[in-house]
Amino acid sequence: MRHHIEGTTMFDGDQAQKGYALNRMCFSFNSAENREAFRRNEDAYCARYGLTKEQREAVKSRNVLQLIEAGGNVYYLAKLAGIFGLNVQDIGAQQTGMSVEAFKQKLVAAGR
Amino acid sequence: MARIIGGIGTTHVPAIGKAIAEQKHDDPYWKPFFSGFTAVHKWLQTERPDVAVVFSNDHGLNFFLDKLPTFAVGAANEYRNEDEGWGIPVSRAAKGDAPLSWHLINNVVEDGFDITMCQEMLIDHAVTIPLNLMWPQGGWPPIVPVAINTVQHPLPSMARCFELGRSVGRALASYPQDLKVVVIGTGGLSHQLDGERAGFINKEFDTLCMDQLSADPEALTHYTIPQLVELAGAQGVEFLNWMAMRGALGGTVRELHRNYHIPISNTAAATLLFENRPRAERRKAA
Repeated sequence: MRHHIEGTTMFDGDQAQKGYALNRMCFSFNSAENREAFRRNEDAYCARYGLTKEQREAVKSRNVLQLIEAGGNVYYLAKLAGIFGLNVQDIGAQQTGMSVEAFKQKLVAAGR
Repeated sequence: MARIIGGIGTTHVPAIGKAIAEQKHDDPYWKPFFSGFTAVHKWLQTERPDVAVVFSNDHGLNFFLDKLPTFAVGAANEYRNEDEGWGIPVSRAAKGDAPLSWHLINNVVEDGFDITMCQEMLIDHAVTIPLNLMWPQGGWPPIVPVAINTVQHPLPSMARCFELGRSVGRALASYPQDLKVVVIGTGGLSHQLDGERAGFINKEFDTLCMDQLSADPEALTHYTIPQLVELAGAQGVEFLNWMAMRGALGGTVRELHRNYHIPISNTAAATLLFENRPRAERRKAA
């Protein structure tokens, strides 16, 4: 049973299956050594985890919405985003098409 | 007999781990959040629980999507933290209480909860940050970690998590050793990290949830998971851990302290402290 929520992708069985290789690669980034290996040779690292073409393109683009579309789960993607020096506010801004400052202000405004 | 003296709910946002490491407690951004723990510290110093049962969700440190249990209970004498890839400093380890873990496991399985048993379990920021917030000077009590899947749908329902908590509460009540137990639920409240709806926060719904936790927690069990995603945000579903914590407490509780602050990182941050009032006392009062 699907329940559509605007701007939200439910990470369900379909997404989990679709994103398995990508999330598995991101899981490997718990290790500093693996993060370094990715930095050294991104292509080789992605190939080792058998990323689909769509996933490889999404990683290359550094675009979080595209990574989610390719089956990425945000908890795993956060480990990848960390390698690019992006925190959850940076990726929030990127996904909503706002500046980081505007995104932070939006969060503050939610408390009023 | 083990006795649950109270329950604590707290946010576990990773950024808190960094703020603690950088000692930002008095920074204007962080102070409204950290100052919410003074009352919790006082209560813990007075009550001195012997053990903590911690309901939380793993974010891809101990579990991956290859094998993801809906409910898992740790049965170790030590739980380590490791690099989570999120840039949070690695925390000290927590001691466990394996005999108590096995007692809980035996009882909840007999009670109909087919949980996964883990003799090895890494604890991530969802456990270590709350422990660091509650016992900043160290001196953590031994823990029994209970992991609830809030990552990959289908997730267990609000009702099921509440019932799991109740089952843990009954199991604790039948433990022969004289222990004072605090139950902890971590995560939330409303937030969403992913999608075009990133940054979603719902103060009204959070307030309703916090109010109902003491007044009428069963009313909250009627929310479906899609409704929870819609109202609390995709990661606000971590409230399931709070439901389990509340379930473990008795029929009535007294809210001793509440702190609610928006935002910490992308999250509506909450800290709640409940004193447990056993059913017998409620009957006596009636």
